[in-house]
Amino acid sequence: MPLLEVQNLTVEFPTRRGVLRALDGISFDINAGEVLGVVGESGAGKSLTGAAIIGLLEPPGRVAGGQILLNGSRIDNLSRDKLRPIRGKQIGAIFQDPLTTLNPLYSVGRQLVETIQTHLKLSDRDARERAVQWLEEVGIPAARQRIDAYPHEFSGGMRQRVVIALALCAEPRLVIADEPTTALDVSIQAQIIALLRGLTRDHGTSVMLVTHDMGVIAETADRVAVMYAGRIAEIGPVRDVVKHPAHPYTEGLMGSIPSLEHRVERLRQIDGAMPRLTAIPRGCAFNPRCPKVFDRCRNDRPELMEAGVTRAACWLYARGAAHV
Amino acid sequence: MNAVARFIDSDFLYSFRRSPVAIISALVALVCVFGAILSPWIAPHDPFDLASLSLMDSFKPPAFMADGENAYLLGTDDQGRDLLSGIMYGTRISLFVGVLAIGFALAVGITVGLVAGYMGGTVDAVLMRIADVQLTFPAILIALLVDGVVRAVLPREFHEKIEIYVLVFAIGIARWPQFARTVRGSTLVERGREYVMAAQVIGLSRARIMISHILPNVLGPVLVIATLNLGLAILDEATLSFLGVGLPPTQPSLGTLIRIGNDFLFSGEWWVTIFPGIALALMVLSINLLGDWLRDALNPRLR
Amino acid sequence: MFAFITSRILQAIPVLLVVGFIAFALFAYVGDPVTIMLGQDYTAAQREELVRALGLDQPFIVQYAKFVWAAVHGNFGLSYRLARPVSQLILERLPATIELAVTAAALALLVGVPMGVYTGIRRNSPTSRLFMVFSLIGVSLPTFLIGILLILFFAVLLGWLPSFGRGDVVHLSHWTTGLLTVSGLKALILPAITLGMFQMTLIMRLVRSEMLEVLRSDYIKFARARGLSERSINFGHALKNTLVPVITIVGLQLGGLVAFSIVTETVFQWPGMGLLLVQSIGVADIPVMSAYLLLVAVLFVAINLIVDLLYYAVDPRLRLDRRSMTGGK
Repeated sequence: MPLLEVQNLTVEFPTRRGVLRALDGISFDINAGEVLGVVGESGAGKSLTGAAIIGLLEPPGRVAGGQILLNGSRIDNLSRDKLRPIRGKQIGAIFQDPLTTLNPLYSVGRQLVETIQTHLKLSDRDARERAVQWLEEVGIPAARQRIDAYPHEFSGGMRQRVVIALALCAEPRLVIADEPTTALDVSIQAQIIALLRGLTRDHGTSVMLVTHDMGVIAETADRVAVMYAGRIAEIGPVRDVVKHPAHPYTEGLMGSIPSLEHRVERLRQIDGAMPRLTAIPRGCAFNPRCPKVFDRCRNDRPELMEAGVTRAACWLYARGAAHV
Repeated sequence: MNAVARFIDSDFLYSFRRSPVAIISALVALVCVFGAILSPWIAPHDPFDLASLSLMDSFKPPAFMADGENAYLLGTDDQGRDLLSGIMYGTRISLFVGVLAIGFALAVGITVGLVAGYMGGTVDAVLMRIADVQLTFPAILIALLVDGVVRAVLPREFHEKIEIYVLVFAIGIARWPQFARTVRGSTLVERGREYVMAAQVIGLSRARIMISHILPNVLGPVLVIATLNLGLAILDEATLSFLGVGLPPTQPSLGTLIRIGNDFLFSGEWWVTIFPGIALALMVLSINLLGDWLRDALNPRLR
Repeated sequence: MFAFITSRILQAIPVLLVVGFIAFALFAYVGDPVTIMLGQDYTAAQREELVRALGLDQPFIVQYAKFVWAAVHGNFGLSYRLARPVSQLILERLPATIELAVTAAALALLVGVPMGVYTGIRRNSPTSRLFMVFSLIGVSLPTFLIGILLILFFAVLLGWLPSFGRGDVVHLSHWTTGLLTVSGLKALILPAITLGMFQMTLIMRLVRSEMLEVLRSDYIKFARARGLSERSINFGHALKNTLVPVITIVGLQLGGLVAFSIVTETVFQWPGMGLLLVQSIGVADIPVMSAYLLLVAVLFVAINLIVDLLYYAVDPRLRLDRRSMTGGK
């Protein structure tokens, strides 16, 4: 049984001009110990998926359909009180900007100890000892001396290490990392990703890594889900998706990554922009930008279907399709 | 789409139509304003016409009470003046003082803010320091002291004659710093913009740049603050008049009416003070609600 | 810490000098104290004598220096109206005003903060909406009208509480207090509510909007994502962050209580400094006005200092600057 199952998840935002469907019937699994990468342009619904799983959608957004199962039991319909022991203890979260995710008025030690004691029955002394261990584990130098320091006394990269410690300190089975390196200096990004990958491997934690950086996914993830306009365009083992993308959108995405191995004359770019939620075209949402578009794409919406090793939401792979 | 259609479709009007509070306050405010402006023509009696007053008519209770008369809907005061008419004339005076005072504060505040923001340096430091010092004192205290000083300087009869303008001056002086600070803040931002540099390159005078180029761009936030301050200015005037250092009984504003009525609270003639009080509260409440709504509608992030 | 306080005090001195100058200018040049004190009939000799006695024949700067020197020693001259030393008048009235303002401040804080937190957390509950309506009325009703309404209900109609004065007071050397007698306490209730109402609703609205702002922040979301209890999130993480901006404004507002007590004291004929000021303004009693102005300025400077210190205690970011400047890490 997969650790996390997301089935037909739909998220809607009621607005003045009608209901916007931000996530439209998303389904995927994450297995124990697996790293699932989720990529896509901004607005594709990557972060929303993470927020929906952990029950932190910002009102007026709401889960309008589908279900989310953790270890086979539903968590999308739990009350706040029932969800609380799951957050932190079963599912951890890492947010984008370490400058704003730490409470500026509490020392990092206090924030760690509070989180540890919320989920584990530990005495003050033991919890503090555990906090020091975590700070050491995420690579804070002189952790024992710096445990009482405040967030503003750390650099951005160090703060993100503290955030990772906070997310992992109650040993969750799954951690949702929402663009964990986007706000950081480029020189630090690789370190943070390596740290996250190493720690979760050691602790056997599954990761849902949300990013728009295909390079990060290629290095880190086991499988990858490509999102486009609130739906999954393609999902499969990362090697196959990168090497042999099935969906024309994924193909375009891969063409935009600079590579050291292959000399490419110039980076390709997909023409046009992702549609706004208010104006998602009929049929396949990608059809106006798709170089391989044909009639069916303009009328019928494709579901995920077998496309070689991966699964893609594209009519090219429909049984009996004559085109390629 | 033409301008009218655009306005009807705008978020601004949409949020107005969606907000019953805004609609009701706008209605109440309109009733107050029109009742006040038109009082000489639509008020049932003329409270300043001494010939029509009779002590026989004093302390008539409101029409809905047992001894009330329909001629005096809200009853009469100690002089036999019709309270409803008194309130309408009083609202007129209160609004007059409030609007003029805010106008005065706006004029001073915008000038100081523009000059401080555009010139910068010592001028800026000195002007803003003055504003800061004044801001540490509550507006009502400043207005009270200014009024007191003017009272000490001017001869008594002359003072009574121009008291209404003294109040405008006192309240305006008490409220300018907030406008000055807002305008200065926006001016600092605008000063760095390209259109200002362009105007400087062309060689326009400083005054010209400030007035015809920067001013129109910094006016928005100031006008929202002005709405919120109008309610406060009306309350300032009412408070001063209530304390007996505002308008005299010969020229009664709502505050003066409440002060007069306060003397009769214990003898049972509650209406003399309560009705002007309700009128004042309704008017200020509706202005405040409109101001709140305006701020939210123009800046959705501040909720 | 010491350097921090010293710099704040140094910053306050120009403010006090400016206000002192205005007070002096009032004192020396507004109205003609000589004419006011002598009345209608006086001889040239009498006038000259009084001018000399008041020191009005000396150069401007000497007069100002003398004024500051005297003011520092608490000497503000004689009241025109009552012909008694102003300092004595103010000292007599001070306890009444302080007791009223402190009670009102306590009321405003103890009721306003919890109401603000509640409406911030449960912002759509019926109780919250009720509080919000109540607060709007509180902000829009002028203080004197609240006082009048309270008198009408609790003094005139119900007869439960007195409508004016301080009740029986007890003398404790230089201080008179109404807090030790039943009638004194009863007399305090209505004025304190009247004075505290505006600040209370203001504090409530302020705490609410700050609370809403903080609850939307990333660190609160992150705290939620870690499964911390609602209690800890609302009252620990959120409330503490709310306090930083709230302290500043609340501090200034509470200073405003002393000034607003002018109105409340007039409505309830409360024998404090505010009533003294209003009576003095009515007859242009300049020495009392300038002394009051200076006293309020000192009070505000003191409150500002306390606010800064509280800020310093709540927000570690301010402390860091100092530590890193002295080289420690």
